[in-house]
Amino acid sequence: MIEHRRPVLPQTGHRRRIVHGAWAPGIAAVALCLAAAGCSRQEPASGTAPSAGQAPAEQTVKIGMAAPLTGPQAHIGEDIRNGVQLAIDDFNATGTVVGGKRLKFEMVAEDDEANPTKATTVAQALVDAKVAAVVGHFNSGASIPASRIYSDNGIPQISPSSTNPAYTQQGFKTTFRVVANDNQQGPTLARFALERLHAKTIAIIDDATAYGQGLADTFQSTVKAAGADVAAREHTTDKDTDFKAILTKIKGRKPDVIMFGGVDPQAGPMVKQMVELGIPARFMGGDGMQTPNFIKLAGEKEAEGVYASMPGLPKDKMPGGRQFVEKYKARYGKEVELFAPMGYDAVFVFAEAMKRAGSVDPAKFLPEVAKTNYNGVIGPIAFDDKGDLRNGPITIYEVKSGAWQPLETLSPSDSADKAAPGAAK
Amino acid sequence: MDIFLQQIVNGLVLGSIYALVALGYTMVYGILGLINFAHGDIVMVGALTALTLVKALTARGVPPYLALCAATAGAAAVCVVLGVVIEKVAYRPLRRAPRLAPLITAIGVSILIQYSAATVWTKQYLALPQLFDSGSWPLAGAQVTTVQIAIFLVACLLMAGLMWLIKKTRTGRAMRATEQNPDVAGLMGVNVNQVIVITFVIGSALAAVAGVMVLLYYGIAHYFMGFVLGLKAFTAAVLGGIGSVPGAMLGGLLLGVIESLASGYIGDLTGGVFGSNYRDVFAFLVLVGVLILRPSGLLAAPAAERA
Repeated sequence: MIEHRRPVLPQTGHRRRIVHGAWAPGIAAVALCLAAAGCSRQEPASGTAPSAGQAPAEQTVKIGMAAPLTGPQAHIGEDIRNGVQLAIDDFNATGTVVGGKRLKFEMVAEDDEANPTKATTVAQALVDAKVAAVVGHFNSGASIPASRIYSDNGIPQISPSSTNPAYTQQGFKTTFRVVANDNQQGPTLARFALERLHAKTIAIIDDATAYGQGLADTFQSTVKAAGADVAAREHTTDKDTDFKAILTKIKGRKPDVIMFGGVDPQAGPMVKQMVELGIPARFMGGDGMQTPNFIKLAGEKEAEGVYASMPGLPKDKMPGGRQFVEKYKARYGKEVELFAPMGYDAVFVFAEAMKRAGSVDPAKFLPEVAKTNYNGVIGPIAFDDKGDLRNGPITIYEVKSGAWQPLETLSPSDSADKAAPGAAK
Repeated sequence: MDIFLQQIVNGLVLGSIYALVALGYTMVYGILGLINFAHGDIVMVGALTALTLVKALTARGVPPYLALCAATAGAAAVCVVLGVVIEKVAYRPLRRAPRLAPLITAIGVSILIQYSAATVWTKQYLALPQLFDSGSWPLAGAQVTTVQIAIFLVACLLMAGLMWLIKKTRTGRAMRATEQNPDVAGLMGVNVNQVIVITFVIGSALAAVAGVMVLLYYGIAHYFMGFVLGLKAFTAAVLGGIGSVPGAMLGGLLLGVIESLASGYIGDLTGGVFGSNYRDVFAFLVLVGVLILRPSGLLAAPAAERA
């Protein structure tokens, strides 16, 4: 049953008014405290809720984390949460001092169920919990509506995974991402299909979400511009498991390659059914399906030979990749699913920005986030003026013997925001 | 043409699953006048129970076919118990209440089962481990897998069995009598409560088998899979004539084929305006159409003699 348990929009507006009203007296109170204390050094404005009973030399700052923690994509959301938790624990162990106080992070995790409406509720909840920064969301369809709320409240947001270009094109100062976007990923995937797989006819399916449809659109325009034939353009949803009818129709058009824009709960059954129908085409998709869970859902035999692109370097080529994978396995007992390293680095980007600004006040360290030049687990992280990752690489993987193996990595040039092909190698 | 045939094959297999679930709806409606919205979720419980049992048995080294049969039997047992409990606790006290009360109760039970299942099995999509290599057979240009053939045959067998039960046995006669008029049937010596319990038992057992079929066909089960399946099976029952057992079978198969063809051709027909992600819309358009044009359904059972 659909969960219309409480009206989201009116409540959100109501809560926003309260938050806005509370900022002014809050800041006034803090200012009074500073003046009364008469400190010669600049104290950090702890606009974030201080924990009760803290020793004066410590401050706890809340970092928000939003991702789907329940539902079909929960394995990916939990993976991001685990990465963020690892980063917080590692950072707390360093005992870094910011603005005269020892800084400790605390995670506030929220479940957005990969639902755009729930994402706005969750964003408001995080803002109300007075987080200093947010790592999230996972889905582009969730990050985009949530970003407006974070921007209105001046909370910096780093998405570890959202690739839809619109996320950073809204003109907000608070949106950042540590992955390449689909204006690079789509054409990269398309060029792989055209040049390496020599595809002449391509069928395209998407899951009608912001991410899936956006990726499929950029893929399609590159394919069309190169003169290849788009055999079919089909849609499904991000809840479906039956694709026999779509695949049967595509089978009649005899494509060389089938491309799917979507996430692994759909991609897995889709590949399985494609094999059952005896369709001889190669299958490829984006980062949403480049997970171990995809191979489980599709079946090892059926998944063999499937391609997927994923922003970022292969994990063993990442500067901190091998240690991260081992640390993750030791702590959580399983393989990294997808974006945990990106979540990990996002926390440290925030920490470094706070160190440089000498403050945990979002208003003060937000400009420093934009000036980030940090070498993380995933590689060098720097943002362009929109908040996109500079020179984000994209790797193409193939399923071989039941596991994803990296095939080749492409590094788009700095002017990679153009959707035109030929921007990357 | 072979694509058209493939869509028909897919549609018939999907339709047999709908038919099995629709039987549960139609039998309960025929006897109690109640649309049991919780029925789709009984299918879901059957699928998830079977999945857990299969995983547990194959982990202990039981051969796959045996594990599957044992898991189906186990799922049927669980679903039967669940169905009987629901009837006793939620529907029996409301037997003389106005029609709206059991309807709303049914929706409530449906939600309760869904979230109880989510507590036990989480909301993740759970995958069935590969049990056997499924062969694929060419059939006049279309590809039919062993699983598809098995589903279709088992569904046909079960439906034939049900028809035999209703037409040729004492219990079936008692069920037909209760359908016509429960009070008079009671006066004639039929134990009406027992007949109703038997109806739920049969319906739930069929639901469990349908759940196992869905599990085998897609290889995936999750807590919400019963909701849309239940609605479509209900549509199928209405399409064939609610209260009529042959109607439910026909309605199920027909709806499966309609949905499959619509999904395949809707993009072409509308020039790309509507994609195949609108195929659920088709199933419900059929429901609305049937209710407007021929509310008693295709095999409209005249009031005097049903099933």
